Amino acid sequence: MNTEILGVILMYITVMALAIPLGRYIGKVFNDERTWLDPIFNPLDKVFYILGGIDPDKGMNWKQHLWALLTINAFWFLISMFVLTNMSWLPLNPDGNPSMSPDLAFNTSVSFVTNTNLQHYSGETSLSYAGQLILMLWQFISAATGIAVCAMLFTAMKERTAEKLGNFYRFFVRTCTRILLPIAFIGAVILVFSGTPMTFEGKDTITTLEGEEQHVSRGPAAAFIPIKQLGTNGGGYYGPNSTNPMENPDYLTNILETVYIFLIPIALVFAMGYMLKRKKLALVVYGVMTVGFLCLVVPSIYFEMIGNPAIAEMGIDQSAGSMEGKEVRFGAAASAYWAINTTSTSNGSVNAMHDSMTPLTGMFAMLGMMINSFYGGVGVGFINFYVFIILAVFIGGLMVGRTPEFLGKKVEAKEVKIAMVIALLHPLMILGGTALASYLYVGSPEAYAGWLNNPGHHGFGEFLYEFCSASANNGSGFEGLGDNTPFWNIATGIVMMLGRYLPIIGPVAIAGMLAAKKYIPESAGTLKTDTSTFGILVFAVIAIVAALAFFPALTLGPLAEYFSLT
Amino acid sequence: MKSNLIPALRLTLVCLVFFCGVYTLAVYGVAQLAPGKGEGFTVSANGKTHHINVGQTFKSDGYFWSRPSAVGYDAAGSGGSNHGPTNPDHLAEVQSRIDSFLVKNPGIDTSEIPADLVTASGSGLDPHISVQAARVQAKRIAAVRNISEDDVAQLIAKHTEAPLLELFGTERINVLKLNLALDNIKK
Repeated sequence: MNTEILGVILMYITVMALAIPLGRYIGKVFNDERTWLDPIFNPLDKVFYILGGIDPDKGMNWKQHLWALLTINAFWFLISMFVLTNMSWLPLNPDGNPSMSPDLAFNTSVSFVTNTNLQHYSGETSLSYAGQLILMLWQFISAATGIAVCAMLFTAMKERTAEKLGNFYRFFVRTCTRILLPIAFIGAVILVFSGTPMTFEGKDTITTLEGEEQHVSRGPAAAFIPIKQLGTNGGGYYGPNSTNPMENPDYLTNILETVYIFLIPIALVFAMGYMLKRKKLALVVYGVMTVGFLCLVVPSIYFEMIGNPAIAEMGIDQSAGSMEGKEVRFGAAASAYWAINTTSTSNGSVNAMHDSMTPLTGMFAMLGMMINSFYGGVGVGFINFYVFIILAVFIGGLMVGRTPEFLGKKVEAKEVKIAMVIALLHPLMILGGTALASYLYVGSPEAYAGWLNNPGHHGFGEFLYEFCSASANNGSGFEGLGDNTPFWNIATGIVMMLGRYLPIIGPVAIAGMLAAKKYIPESAGTLKTDTSTFGILVFAVIAIVAALAFFPALTLGPLAEYFSLT
Repeated sequence: MKSNLIPALRLTLVCLVFFCGVYTLAVYGVAQLAPGKGEGFTVSANGKTHHINVGQTFKSDGYFWSRPSAVGYDAAGSGGSNHGPTNPDHLAEVQSRIDSFLVKNPGIDTSEIPADLVTASGSGLDPHISVQAARVQAKRIAAVRNISEDDVAQLIAKHTEAPLLELFGTERINVLKLNLALDNIKK
């Protein structure tokens, strides 16, 4: 069999082999059960609690969770703004890089605090090492924020009536120390032994074999990269992310970095099964997510591997696939596989340039972000999926004429209204933003000529992709877009903020309200949610609500480009 | 809200010290044990130091050429072309790369040129080329360097890196290593 395909299969098998035990471990961490790492982490957590001034045993209701989350996130934003706009004189700046402009710093701060990592700058020339390290901090703790909220959601889904749903800070600290830290550290060790830089020296200057001078950017990259992958952050240390041979030196590191994208999102589904003692429900959720993921990834790999017909027409052999924007050491299959991994979770790192991929692969990448819950971002992916479950329960209940119930709690008008608003917010921001950008561009094409790197349908795709990426908190891009302008910095900054916090607030409210309701044990009249029938129903809801809403826009962009090519 | 302000600030500072300080220094400490001490893998030849993982521009006829780069192999400003597959400028550029390749490599047919030699990589720093990309240049190298084509073919075979465990990923050649070896043949 083709070694490129085998590589892809190996990556999926590896991630599953690790995610199932990790899910069990995460379930134990949030259930406060004993694990073999307790002797190390119990004292460490205590240090966090004491220095942080936190009482980890104080129960919080869903509103208190949200206030704690929003307050701490606001601090991060302010600190981030300060560091990014003052890098030029702060320490750790051996390359003498400048401070960011206010609009770029706004965009970047929102981007990293919301776990998006949309980057309108290039790391080598726009960040000092202090800037890189502060962004790395957000990569750890914004991921922990998402997972902590998810832990609260799982707690709320347990079979009982409860107001208090654990303590936000406790979930947060335990996520940081017991989940993110050890896995990131293992990744960093593998990377430094593979040639990824980890130094505080500035650029290296060498003379090439042909006698030219070449500057080589370095820095504390190996600490940064594993958490970028693991926390579905995605912001690269270097401008072109994991295409850069320092950031992703060989096929082995590519396997590592790809596996890290899916690891926690998949593990969280199994953690839910463990915490709720509902393995079948976890399998149904995993099944729906996996079928959805396969629908996106299989055709993407196919289209990248058959290459670009326009270049084939020139007589160039396309057996290696479409190679523009790709690295020889990864090849077409592993690049397409990564592209769908990174967009169906809200990661957004890349190991090939998505702008240069063949039209339909670009479309499947966008669909991954439009749906945003096939595994999804750490914590928030499951939270998005939860919204679809609520909608499916409601629709299913109407279809069979039963009161909609989920896990023994009645789903009523209020919850369904919130779920529907959250489900429609995402298309509104993506399509509204794209429409606004298109309107401005068509109105004065000369003033905005710098926006587009590609003409025609593909150019429209660059607008659409950017708003998908911002709203889904993804962070990848059709990077040809000239996006470091006030319009894009501010527009996508606002979209990222709404796209992060509203889809957390809504589902948390639903879960909190359901948790407080009376628990009704399952009976013969209950609509069973841990069956494949219900799985199909959820899949249909996702296809109708999430995917079809975008069909007209996709027709104007990638689909039209595809048909113009063949 | 008010009761969250102080814990939020204090917890943020603890995280700052722990992740930017302790974690970062721990990784830095491990890097001191790794080859290259965290400053990148390098190789020295003829008094010059090269980064193995970072591609270089090779334009002269006596060296194997590396892939086209959108940034001219600037390792302090890496990046791709971000050209879409239907972009007319992009297609014209590919065509002109094919044309100039054929001029410099007489006797080669277009169908023998692999895609990676006429397309730019994502990073602009791709250190590798495909095996076919090396083979298709063998004739030119042999002629310019005045060595037999067999010697060049052997060199290519010797520097072909197999897929991981011979099972996963792509076959490839590190252009820098190949060219360093090429320089050694002559002497």
